[in-house]
Amino acid sequence: MENTTLAHHLLLAGLLFVIGLTGVLVRRNLLVIYMCLELMLTAATLALVAFSRFNQTMDGAVFVFFIITVAAAEVAVGLALIVALFRQQKTVQSNELNTLCD
Amino acid sequence: MPDGLFIFFAALTLGAASLLVLSRNAVTSAMGMILTLVGVAADFFLLDAYFLGVLQVLVYAGAVMVLFLFIIMLLSDSGESSTAYPWKQATLGLAIFFFLAAGVFWLFLWSGALPHTAAGATPPELSANPGEFTTSAKSFGRLLYTKYLLPLQISGFLLLVALVGVVSLSKEPKNEVP
Repeated sequence: MENTTLAHHLLLAGLLFVIGLTGVLVRRNLLVIYMCLELMLTAATLALVAFSRFNQTMDGAVFVFFIITVAAAEVAVGLALIVALFRQQKTVQSNELNTLCD
Repeated sequence: MPDGLFIFFAALTLGAASLLVLSRNAVTSAMGMILTLVGVAADFFLLDAYFLGVLQVLVYAGAVMVLFLFIIMLLSDSGESSTAYPWKQATLGLAIFFFLAAGVFWLFLWSGALPHTAAGATPPELSANPGEFTTSAKSFGRLLYTKYLLPLQISGFLLLVALVGVVSLSKEPKNEVP
């Protein structure tokens, strides 16, 4: 780990975030959009851990602990919402969910 | 130049993330997500955050992704693969991706905004200063129960609220919508 600098880790986190953002923008399956959201959260945690390690402080790592907790709760609620939506609309494709347009 | 392990796991993570976005099958996307999370956990290990790496694999790649796969199987809606390939959307997505990625590369490699410092020696397992970065899981407990006690309580309450919310959401509705 001697040659890997902070910029390398942040570059990886930034690229992961960009991939997740692109997925949220272009995909139409709600479940995949949701996974891409999780990917963006994970990229943020990677940046936090990198800053924490290179700053020699523990706070960033503790934030990651909270982010993982909140993400788990968020996934549970979000998936329950998607299942409830599927029960009503019989689809999880975002381009077919246009009830408010008609 | 970063070392070999970092390059390997970064390539694995980015490749699996691309699989997640590009695959038209939701199950393949979920597999790509699991591989991405494992790659990120490996990067946590490389950053000496061993506890977080284990937590990432247990909570994310274990519990959360099993939940995702379960819902994907339950809904089994593969409507996206039956329609024509959305060329316009794909081109727009690629353009967005390259624009944003170019911004990220410029910011981290050429803008000079970030110092190219090395990580230094691996920190001791447990140090006397509670706020200092250590590799031990004990230091998490120390900070969680002193400096971050209130956020810890709030996140516990949040989990309770999520539990109640999920139960009330997934109950069968009394009167079906016609």
